[in-house]
Amino acid sequence: MNNRLWAFLVPIISVIMALLISSVVILLIGQDPIVAYAALFKGAFGSKLAIASVIIKTTPLILTGLAVGFGFRAGLFNIGAEGQMVMGAMIATAFAINVAWMPAVLAIPLTMVVGMAAGAGYAAIAGVLKAKTGAHEVVTTIMLNWIAEYLSSYVVTVPMGVGFGTPKSPEIANSAKLPPLMTVQATELTSGIIVAVIAAVVIYIVLEKTTKGYELKGTGFNPYAAEYGGIKISQNIVLAMAISGALSGLAGTLEVMGVHHRFLGTLSGGKGFDGISIALIGQNNPIGIIFAALLMGSLRTGSNEMQFVGVPKHIILIVQAIIIFLVAADRIVRTILIRKKRVKAS
Amino acid sequence: MRVLTAIWEIFTNPAFYKLTLTAATPFIFASLGGVFSEITGVVNIALEGIMLMGAFVSIVFTSVTGNPWIGLLFAILVGLGMAWLHAWASIKWRGNQIVSGTALILLAQGVTGFLMEPIFGRPGQTDIVGKIPELRIPLFMKNEFLAQSIGELSPMIYIAFGCVALAWFIIYKTRLGLRMRAVGENPEAADTLGVNVYMIRYFGVLMSGIMASLGGAFLSVGEVGNFRELMTGGRGFIALAAMILGNWNPVGAMWASLLFGFSEAFANQLQSSSVLHVASSTKPLFNMFPFIVTLIVIAGFIGKTRSPAADGVPYEK
Repeated sequence: MNNRLWAFLVPIISVIMALLISSVVILLIGQDPIVAYAALFKGAFGSKLAIASVIIKTTPLILTGLAVGFGFRAGLFNIGAEGQMVMGAMIATAFAINVAWMPAVLAIPLTMVVGMAAGAGYAAIAGVLKAKTGAHEVVTTIMLNWIAEYLSSYVVTVPMGVGFGTPKSPEIANSAKLPPLMTVQATELTSGIIVAVIAAVVIYIVLEKTTKGYELKGTGFNPYAAEYGGIKISQNIVLAMAISGALSGLAGTLEVMGVHHRFLGTLSGGKGFDGISIALIGQNNPIGIIFAALLMGSLRTGSNEMQFVGVPKHIILIVQAIIIFLVAADRIVRTILIRKKRVKAS
Repeated sequence: MRVLTAIWEIFTNPAFYKLTLTAATPFIFASLGGVFSEITGVVNIALEGIMLMGAFVSIVFTSVTGNPWIGLLFAILVGLGMAWLHAWASIKWRGNQIVSGTALILLAQGVTGFLMEPIFGRPGQTDIVGKIPELRIPLFMKNEFLAQSIGELSPMIYIAFGCVALAWFIIYKTRLGLRMRAVGENPEAADTLGVNVYMIRYFGVLMSGIMASLGGAFLSVGEVGNFRELMTGGRGFIALAAMILGNWNPVGAMWASLLFGFSEAFANQLQSSSVLHVASSTKPLFNMFPFIVTLIVIAGFIGKTRSPAADGVPYEK
């Protein structure tokens, strides 16, 4: 079988196997997996509102998936999408609160740029550390995640905090809010999804059609050969981390501009980590990532409905873990497929 | 000035040294786990996940049997199971070790969160179900400062230091240790000389599972006696940093763990200092401290340490 087909088959088989193994886990706590998965499906696609929430949830996931996937292509494992998202959202909010005097045509793109720059700058710290000292980005971005988490929970209560109860910032200016595509029962379907899809197309073009993209892929594929070929490795590491961080920062920014209209502190809730699963399922291909994000968005949305039939929504984490595990060791899946083929042939 | 007074109070308080040892212990266990795995050439970022499972399983079995030592035993078994999964994916199937480690972290977060309600009836955290009692050393009780700092410590703290000595002995003084290092540096050469590369790597990864789950179990049955979702809070990654700072040497990892334990205890003491009156809204800034220290340490020292040459590279016969 050719490589393209494998790239397509491995994630699909991994998802199916993960759902099967998880159904055993559901059985173990005495619940019916068919009932659970039916609830999951209904929760994700059972109504107009459900579909709208799937799209809302998918929007940031496309971007964190792109962030991680872009990093992978350049040979970096950006596990810090979580922290970059928070930093992007926080600084974009600080900016967007003060732009009431600007027209929307200016305020909307500028807020996005600010959020992307914040995410890029934060990720670049890990990039510089890797390029200068060789510190592995997995360890440094995890440290940066925790620093962002604590910093944001301070910022949202003290310097930015308003009102009582849950910590929150003031609302951003109306001119910086993304216009909704449509409104389903008081839920606004944000136009952020369009921005996210455009970002995927841009990343696809950068990776496949530009010299810089070729250099970044070269750095990831074989840094020694790339360096021999005259590509500046350390410069490209910082650049790749910054682009990856900009995508995560945009994910956080769109959440503020399109969904919450304010900063709520730790808003990421695992979306940065979901990015890892999404990049792996999408095989680091921007278009594949859109579909993988849609899958993860539906799982996340549907899992709320699953709670009602007695299956904790943590099952989604287990599903994700099994998918990532199988994609990491994709030879397992390949071996299973080849064996099946042999059985059929004989 | 007030800050200096507060710092002086912390350093002269014997309880601070006990807190430092207590905070360092999970790092010591888990960083030893990192050393065992990585000197054979397998990167194990799953430490964080194995710790979380260890913390959870030890509480589950303590609440079932009433004996925290039995809880600890089951934590070790589950730690071995998690480590075996990582070894299986990265040695047998030559998978991407960092990605497989990430999967195991998610698996631990998923499984522990998923089982909270079926087992304990509610999400979030469990009741206090019991912990390993502290060990009183009569010799230290005579001096008041010693009595309050190291007079009564969890026996697991002594076990942690014992494991450091054991790890050092295995790695540097036995034939097995020599083979582990050989496999981590140059698996082809070791293979040519008749060393079973796969077997040695399995051993290293499985040892890391035991160590990491002990580190996690210390957080629950060793320290507080209950389990909280995501209670490891990034400590597995700090342990990885301790392993790097300690130059992949058990004794070095111990000193680095003590440094990180010190910074965690210091940040905790500073924010609860009666001299400073830190507002509760400012406390998150203090919680950043251990992570900032780790980041600076990694940035400053990493060029000066050297990882095993074949670290993270799957071996294909």
